[in-house]
Amino acid sequence: MSGHAAMDPGGALAVLREHRASGDVVVTSMGSAREWMAMGPLDPLDFVFVPSSMGQAPSLALGIALAQPARRVFACNGDGSMLMNLGALVTISAESPRNLVLIVFENGVYEVTGAQPTPGSALGRPDRRGVDFAEIARACGWTSVFRYRELEEWRNAASESIGAAGPVFIALEVAPVPGAVGPRSPGPTVERARKFREALRQTNR
Amino acid sequence: MFSGEQIAALFAELGVTHVVTVPDSTIGKWGAAIARASDMHLVRVCREGEAWAVAAGLHFGGARPLVLIQCTGLFESGDSLRNVLHDWKLPIFSVIGYRSFLNQETLPGDSCLVFTEPVLDAWKIEYKLITSDSQIGTIREHYLACLAAGKPGAVLIAEGKA
Repeated sequence: MSGHAAMDPGGALAVLREHRASGDVVVTSMGSAREWMAMGPLDPLDFVFVPSSMGQAPSLALGIALAQPARRVFACNGDGSMLMNLGALVTISAESPRNLVLIVFENGVYEVTGAQPTPGSALGRPDRRGVDFAEIARACGWTSVFRYRELEEWRNAASESIGAAGPVFIALEVAPVPGAVGPRSPGPTVERARKFREALRQTNR
Repeated sequence: MFSGEQIAALFAELGVTHVVTVPDSTIGKWGAAIARASDMHLVRVCREGEAWAVAAGLHFGGARPLVLIQCTGLFESGDSLRNVLHDWKLPIFSVIGYRSFLNQETLPGDSCLVFTEPVLDAWKIEYKLITSDSQIGTIREHYLACLAAGKPGAVLIAEGKA
């Protein structure tokens, strides 16, 4: 994250909603799950990864993408979560699923715990130089890598970047939501797991 | 104890579609045979916590994954394992190498022997201990029993060295 983020995370996710096609899976976690649920009713192929093991959303999405290679799978992850499982970038590039799109929402903080800076953010480092997740992804072997700082920039480029040869890595610089809280589970996990698996089975590709 | 061909054949017989793994010096020798199996895919992850989440996604997608790690990786797996097996209650089966069980000379006092089984008990994972190659049927039976019950399970493969 190289500068002040201006993108509203809800607006950034709205762009994803606009481009999400029928049959696509969207995995959200932490802040993206909270914002996604606030935008309206969930699709049967939405997987709100709450409760989660922090950092594991891209790995879970990888599993779905490998099991159903003809289906596009979006994984929405925070930068703090990405730091907890950076190896997933290597695992995913090794498998190289063409149907996986990983979107990292960079706000530089652990938002739901009180907006403490992550060790990857400019504020969390003595040299005030934030870690560049897009460059990390490239170094891990991802070839379709994009970074957007402004909402209009993301909106204008979304179709092309989402449609690039997968796996696709998209870094979105977003603003922290002041006073944000963690997402609430939208229902009992066992029932949600059963329904999600059934939705994937019924629309198997 | 077992050859890669034996294990690959067993997994194939059980309908395993994906083996999600971090190798060690015992179970890692099985990887080549598993990778050669036509109906199975070997997914190499960077740390064991990832393995459970990848397996969860595979399960959601209709595949039949299995996690293959060493007991040290079981220790590393904690939060991810907790989430997958207990929050989401997914019936993921694991095969876990039990370091130093058969031979403590390489790592005298290896604390894997102290913690592996209590950790499995703490995570409420029903497991069977495999100490000889005559027990391949035990792996099959435990896997099928867990599959029928729709619950997770594990086998501990006794290893001779680190």
